Amino acid sequence: MSWIDIGHIDDVPLRGARMVKTPVGCVAIFRTAEAEVFAASNSCPHKGGPLSDGIVHGRKVTCPLHNWVFSLETGEAQGADEGRIATYPIRLEEGRLMLDAVAVGKRSAA
Amino acid sequence: MTRKLIVIGAGMASGRMLEHLFDQGDDWNVTLFNAEPRGNYNRLMLSPVLSGEKTYEEIVTHDAAWYEERGVTCRFGEKVAEIDRASRRVMTEAGEVLEYDKLVIATGSNPFIIPLPGHDLEGVIAYRDLEDTNRMIALGEQQAAKAVVIGGGLLGLEAAAGLHARGVDVTVVHLMGHLMERQLDEAAGYLLRKELVGRGIKVLCSTNSKQILGQDGHVTGLELDNGTVLPCDLLVMAVGIRPNVALGQQAGLAVGKGIHVDDQMVTSDEHILSVGECVEHNGAIFGLVAPLYDQAKVAAATLSGKPARFVQKEVSTKLKVTGCDLFSAGDFAEGEDREDIVFRDPARGVYKRLVLKDNKLIGAVMYGDTADGSWFFSLMKDGESVAEMRDTLIFGPAFQGGAAGDPLAAVAALPDDAEICGCNGVCKGQIVQAIKDGAGSLADIKATTKASASCGTCTGLVEQVMAATLGDDFVLPAAQSVCGCTDLTHEDVRRLIKAQELKSQPAVWQELGWTTPNGCHVCRPAVNYYLLADWPLEYQDDLQSRFVNERNHANIQKDGTFSVMPRMWGGITTPDELRAIADAADKYRVPTVKVTGGQRIDLLGVKKEDLPAIWYDLNQAGMVSGHAYSKGLRTVKTCVGKDHCRFGTQDSTGLGIKLEKKLWGSWTPHKVKLGVSGCPRNCAEATCKDVGIVCVDSGFQVGVAGAAGMDVKETERLVDVKTEEEAIEWTAAFVQLYREHAKYLDRPYKWVAKVGLDWVKERLSDDAERAALNERFEISQSVYRKDPWADHAESRADQYQPLADITLEAAE
Ligand code: SRM
Ligand SMILES: Cc1cc2nc3c(=O)[nH]c(=O)nc-3n(C[C@H](O)[C@H](O)[C@H](O)COP(=O)(O)OP(=O)(O)OC[C@H]3O[C@@H](n4cnc5c(N)ncnc54)[C@H](O)[C@@H]3O)c2cc1C
Ligand code: SF4
Ligand code: FES
Repeated sequence: MSWIDIGHIDDVPLRGARMVKTPVGCVAIFRTAEAEVFAASNSCPHKGGPLSDGIVHGRKVTCPLHNWVFSLETGEAQGADEGRIATYPIRLEEGRLMLDAVAVGKRSAA
Repeated sequence: MTRKLIVIGAGMASGRMLEHLFDQGDDWNVTLFNAEPRGNYNRLMLSPVLSGEKTYEEIVTHDAAWYEERGVTCRFGEKVAEIDRASRRVMTEAGEVLEYDKLVIATGSNPFIIPLPGHDLEGVIAYRDLEDTNRMIALGEQQAAKAVVIGGGLLGLEAAAGLHARGVDVTVVHLMGHLMERQLDEAAGYLLRKELVGRGIKVLCSTNSKQILGQDGHVTGLELDNGTVLPCDLLVMAVGIRPNVALGQQAGLAVGKGIHVDDQMVTSDEHILSVGECVEHNGAIFGLVAPLYDQAKVAAATLSGKPARFVQKEVSTKLKVTGCDLFSAGDFAEGEDREDIVFRDPARGVYKRLVLKDNKLIGAVMYGDTADGSWFFSLMKDGESVAEMRDTLIFGPAFQGGAAGDPLAAVAALPDDAEICGCNGVCKGQIVQAIKDGAGSLADIKATTKASASCGTCTGLVEQVMAATLGDDFVLPAAQSVCGCTDLTHEDVRRLIKAQELKSQPAVWQELGWTTPNGCHVCRPAVNYYLLADWPLEYQDDLQSRFVNERNHANIQKDGTFSVMPRMWGGITTPDELRAIADAADKYRVPTVKVTGGQRIDLLGVKKEDLPAIWYDLNQAGMVSGHAYSKGLRTVKTCVGKDHCRFGTQDSTGLGIKLEKKLWGSWTPHKVKLGVSGCPRNCAEATCKDVGIVCVDSGFQVGVAGAAGMDVKETERLVDVKTEEEAIEWTAAFVQLYREHAKYLDRPYKWVAKVGLDWVKERLSDDAERAALNERFEISQSVYRKDPWADHAESRADQYQPLADITLEAAE
């Protein structure tokens, strides 16, 4: 893995999200608790709704277009809906958000 | 052979290490340095000393006799300044040089001082040692003393509680949304805050400090980001600690966040060990004493040449403030693969939450009743499966192996005189009797016994009594609760928020017994609305509890772009406004410009990143948000009225504009649309609006509760009035009544159908009531009659941009 600094946790509102442009497309960074973040594809498999604009609750997000709900841990759609969003490794280091650059399609992080 | 051991720092870790070392019986010639002018004492207990529950003498762990018996040379009040590893010597600040065979660095940590302007004023202190403690105690002796504590973590709160116990007027300023956010979830943080506030300690969360004010070199107050000034004689900063690595660095040891040590507590130099808060082990640093004691034991063994390994373990936290019982351990974030067991007893102020993963307990947070904390903690450390006792786990060890955990069985076993409804003093026997007398629904029970008719928190219990009594005949009422997070209905929640004066989301979750830690996408927007409608001045609107359109102040489109629709008051515009709209459409390459059904112009297909800029441009031309996206006032549709129309009886356009200017920006349970027609020909379609006014020669006919969306329905006449002022006053009063009572997502016509137009009329015909509703509406509007576009363009524009763009740097 090769970690790349994409910002500070306080740039992402609590129970909110921000979007990052990457070589694999838009990736949403979700902040589920004071010090807990997840990274996943920003695009809903249903009709492409921007997930970073959804409501974040627990470790889940609800798509803003038609209310599909996704687990941020597994990427699986919840309940009756079927689908999955890609999830990406992300970690916190002294408040900095470190995204795995290789997983989001960068050949080198440097 | 006696070897020379020098220990730098006489703290909690080194004190324990020396005990183990001497117990092992080896021969050491120990010299103990301490920067503080005293030996080892129990630092944790400074808080009881501060609050007056203990004296310093009682917390000394090693006295002069102890050192003397073991031949320890005490160099208290002396700092080691330098280590020379090559010659294995240390130098004191006074310049004295001593040799060692082994050296232990146990320098603890330094309190972090935020470099705010004024942080070096006299009277700005940390909370770390006896000097700080005495400083706070001395303040208590001063008349009408005031203190501010920055930091709402463990230390900050112990300082605040202690100061308060000494009679000091204390305010805690905390950056995060809830207290002790690292150890507690919001529900427990809410209860803790409630307790402290109840004692008279002021607590400000989500609050940032700007600068420390002073006079003649002494602190006089703290200025917050929002300009508020908190006067104080002492300012305590308790915002965290940093490992004290200065000596390690100077000596050239491997140092990261702390001094690197291996499993044996040996640093990168084989002759130097380190223990305590100054070390870093496997990437972790430490701030609680339990792991330090383990380190101390390992370090003593290593010094004696015995094998030992330091292993990091779970730690648990308690707050040492008498009367605030809280306990927290492990990992209590929620998750897909985790299960929450939540128990809330609002009446006793108890909250317990257990987090399970793979049938094992991995986290626990408790407030109010922490008696079982250590039992849970041991389950957690053992990592055993709790599958067997899953259903009754939360009730603690006393419950295990005893009665079955089936709540119905438990209710069935209750004696007849057991109280079910505390508010109305209704016991089980009365409910059972009412059922025997024919009551078959919760409503019947409420009507006949009053059980669950007041605060409603016993509703679940009443239903269980019914289920136990009626058996299969009883079908729990069809799901009309807000969502899966609670059994309460919208109406219950609204009523309880007012009755119990609940003013924050965590307060609602706790006091109303939510079964999830922080709600879901269904209840959060509703609760957020109820709170801001009932407590406009106290409650802070939560953007993260809003649907995308209301969070971004624009309607999201099917392709993820947004529409932008400025207000055109009463449908009136000007050439300048039209030019500004045209310019914006060109500049931001708006694909579609459409005239809406609401008499204004919609710019469709704007990129999220462009929103703040296009808003800014429209603001410059004097236009504000049309709230085409909100559960709030949308449009006031008008016709041309008597200024131009040959049939017009009144200035319908003018009245429409006045109404729109009064009502805009207000949040409502669902959207609200108005129409004002100049005569009964009704060109503004006023008779199918939420509020529709038809002008006639004698004045104004105010109709309400019309619909022309999924349902079509004519308005019903609320009142006929003579003047514009009265028409506006009645309209605002109606909207406020709707705001205060309707269920979230009920349009006015649905709400009026539930409460009855007669009830609405009765309330609004009362002059005093109408005036009061208008007054409450204006109070709320003092907060919300503001253009959100201008606000976001100015203060939140960055939130609309990508956090980062890492596609570009990829260019090889
Ligand atoms: C833009 C507009 C259509 C147009 O091009 O004219 C429009 C567009 C939308 N309407 Fe509407 N309504 C528009 C006038 C109306 C009208 C007519 C009116 O206001 O004079 C009605 C019937 C009256 C009424 O309000 O009931 C109307 C009844 C609805 C409804 C049904 C509401 C109901 O209670 O039955 C919805 C769905 C909802 O709100 O839940 C809706 C929802 C929507 C949404 C917000 C759908 C959504 O959730 O995304 C549409 C947003 C489109 C977009 O991307 O911006 N729209 N909508 C009109 C904006 C008027 C304005 O200037 O603000
Ligand atoms: C008010 C308060 C309440 C607390 N409550 C709890 C609690 O409830 N539970 C819990 O687990 N933890 C609690 N803690 C934290 C706990 O006290 C610390 O984790 C623990 O004291 C750290 O021990 P230590 O030996 O690493 O450092 P310390 O106890 O800080 O000892 C380090 C010593 O080294 C000395 N020193 C530093 N540099 C030099 C030098 N160059 N030369 C000579 N001497 C030097 C310092 O003067 C200091 O006396 C509390 C802390 C405070 C301040
Ligand atoms: S009627 Fe309204 S909600 Fe339906 S498609 Fe048209 S704009 Fe959208
Ligand atoms: S696009 Fe996400 S639910 Fe339809």
